[in-house]
Amino acid sequence: MKPPSSDPTAADQSPGVPGFRTWRGVYAFVFAFFVLVVVLLAIFSRYFA
Amino acid sequence: MNFKTIDGMASSGTGAPPVSSKKFHGQSRTGGTPVPPSRMNTLDWMVLLVTMIGIAAYGAWHTRHTDHLDTYLKGSKTTRWGTIGISVMATQASAITFLSIPGQGFESGIGFVQNYFGLPLALIIVCAVFLPIYRKLGVYTAYEFLGQRFDAKTRLLGAGLFLLQRGLAAGVTIYAPAIILATVLGWRLDLTIIATGLLVIIYTVTGGSEAVSLTQKWQMGVIFGGMITAFLILLARLPSGLGFSGAAHIAGAMGKLQAVDFSLNPDKRYTLWTGLFGGLFLSLSYFGTDQSQVQRYIGGAALREGRLGLMFNALLKIPMQFFILLLGALLFVFYQFQPAPVFYNRVEWQQHATGTNAVIFRALEDKHAALHAVKQEKIRVWLVAKNHGEIVAESIARADMLKAEAATENVRNEAKAALTAADPLAKTKDSDYVFIGFILDQLPHGIIGLLIAVMIAAALGSKSGELNALGTTTTIDLWRHFRPLAAHDEARNVRAAKWFTAFWGFVAIAFALFAGFAENLIEAINIIGSIFYGVVLGIFLVAFFLKHVGGTAVFWSAIVAQTLIFVLYLLRHRFPALDISYLWYNLIGCAACLGLSLLLQLLFGREIESKKLNHG
Repeated sequence: MKPPSSDPTAADQSPGVPGFRTWRGVYAFVFAFFVLVVVLLAIFSRYFA
Repeated sequence: MNFKTIDGMASSGTGAPPVSSKKFHGQSRTGGTPVPPSRMNTLDWMVLLVTMIGIAAYGAWHTRHTDHLDTYLKGSKTTRWGTIGISVMATQASAITFLSIPGQGFESGIGFVQNYFGLPLALIIVCAVFLPIYRKLGVYTAYEFLGQRFDAKTRLLGAGLFLLQRGLAAGVTIYAPAIILATVLGWRLDLTIIATGLLVIIYTVTGGSEAVSLTQKWQMGVIFGGMITAFLILLARLPSGLGFSGAAHIAGAMGKLQAVDFSLNPDKRYTLWTGLFGGLFLSLSYFGTDQSQVQRYIGGAALREGRLGLMFNALLKIPMQFFILLLGALLFVFYQFQPAPVFYNRVEWQQHATGTNAVIFRALEDKHAALHAVKQEKIRVWLVAKNHGEIVAESIARADMLKAEAATENVRNEAKAALTAADPLAKTKDSDYVFIGFILDQLPHGIIGLLIAVMIAAALGSKSGELNALGTTTTIDLWRHFRPLAAHDEARNVRAAKWFTAFWGFVAIAFALFAGFAENLIEAINIIGSIFYGVVLGIFLVAFFLKHVGGTAVFWSAIVAQTLIFVLYLLRHRFPALDISYLWYNLIGCAACLGLSLLLQLLFGREIESKKLNHG
């Protein structure tokens, strides 16, 4: 195995995505988007049933 | 909505379906000339060959000097999140995705989308837990991590299970598009398998992981372009006045748009719950522990790039699968207003329509055509009632329409039974042929070539990711394990990785040439994955979250859990209670491995440790 990478973990703490300070915020956004997609799919199914 | 054209159709008084200006590819009356030649012309061939060979040649040429092991196995250190995200997507989306999934939408509706519900949650876990550890340790493969966390035998077990299941799936990945394209286009199956196999071997061996990512980016461009074009043409080919909304209402009324099923019935294969729980475990195992995916995101410029690449997939995957399934559901509507064949694999149908079978097959075709015309009339009546807001009439018309649909479906089942009676080995699953049939019958030349390129690009993209991972795992976890001195010779490592990648490529070609596969190809791959993934995931979850469990306990737990899954799978037909959705194998295998690991560690942990100390 190679020695541990010199990847600067500290520098990776910030996602560098506008509007998000932490990765937790990114994960929360992705989760909320997933819930929204499932809800929209359920509405779509019902609307066209 | 305006259904004027559909109303107008009825005004002709014939009740007969409007005949498309184009004949169905391969469709001739029974007893006629079988298997027509390919509908591809010179323009299609040019589009196909230029895109496919061009992308492969570009990838091979651009990465021909890749001689550093790190770059060869992990890709360039400057790779950004967009490339990683597309590479992750391309590795997962094989040609089967674009051939079989529209067929799933056509036949069973869009409920298959639930299979992907666990994916975003799994990717969040991979981002938060798995990826930082892989990067921190600087591993080339996920199984190297097992070696460090547990011991050599657990690492070899993890790598061995991966090589076994991915090696099997690699054969399916190359066979699946080849059998369909060869069937409908009249190509030779063996040459199709060999040509696509050799093309992918050349650039994957030459440039390793970097070539894989580079080519996947262009291949996904072709795929997105082609699929969106096909979708737009399909919408344009729907009866005028119907539009997307009208078509969606028909599909919905026929039960094709049930995206979310809240049923708790364990016999149902795709529900919200199987998707969330079974799908979560399947996705967690695939993205977190399958080297073909791990290899796509452990490289890159920084941890951030891998994470964003995975989040890109978490956001886009469900909408993308929904879009492909919706395409299938709309194809179903499209064929309600066309002279649909009784059996969509028309080549298979014609091949068996000989001798005494010809009369039976002809009678089935006629019966289906008559019932199809009746169904079209019922759809028209339902649309009128719905359009006028007549609730009672709409309800009666809907029941009549569903009855007509059931009648045509019965004839299709009779046709499949007749096919089996004519030849017990005949392929009776025809949904994989619906989309490719539409492409050949309805799309203009040039676009046909583009769509065939979509299928082959998808096959090459996923195949290259698999070969790259198989070669890497064999080199790092097996070859270097048994030849530890070779680990320091970088050039020799790169040479070994190239040879092993080529070796797996030829194994996949041989497997595809000589093995027979399950008819429903995408499910075949998922079933193979589900048999192994749960246990592998169990090993990794123990590694990440149960710090006090040692290698011996997890190793034997994994062996027992894997045996349990094999037994469940093999006995599923003998004992109906065991015939459960294959997605549950992921959860059962993982839970068994976790539970047994805890138990064995509790029972024998101290004994094992003391033995180790004594031997030490």
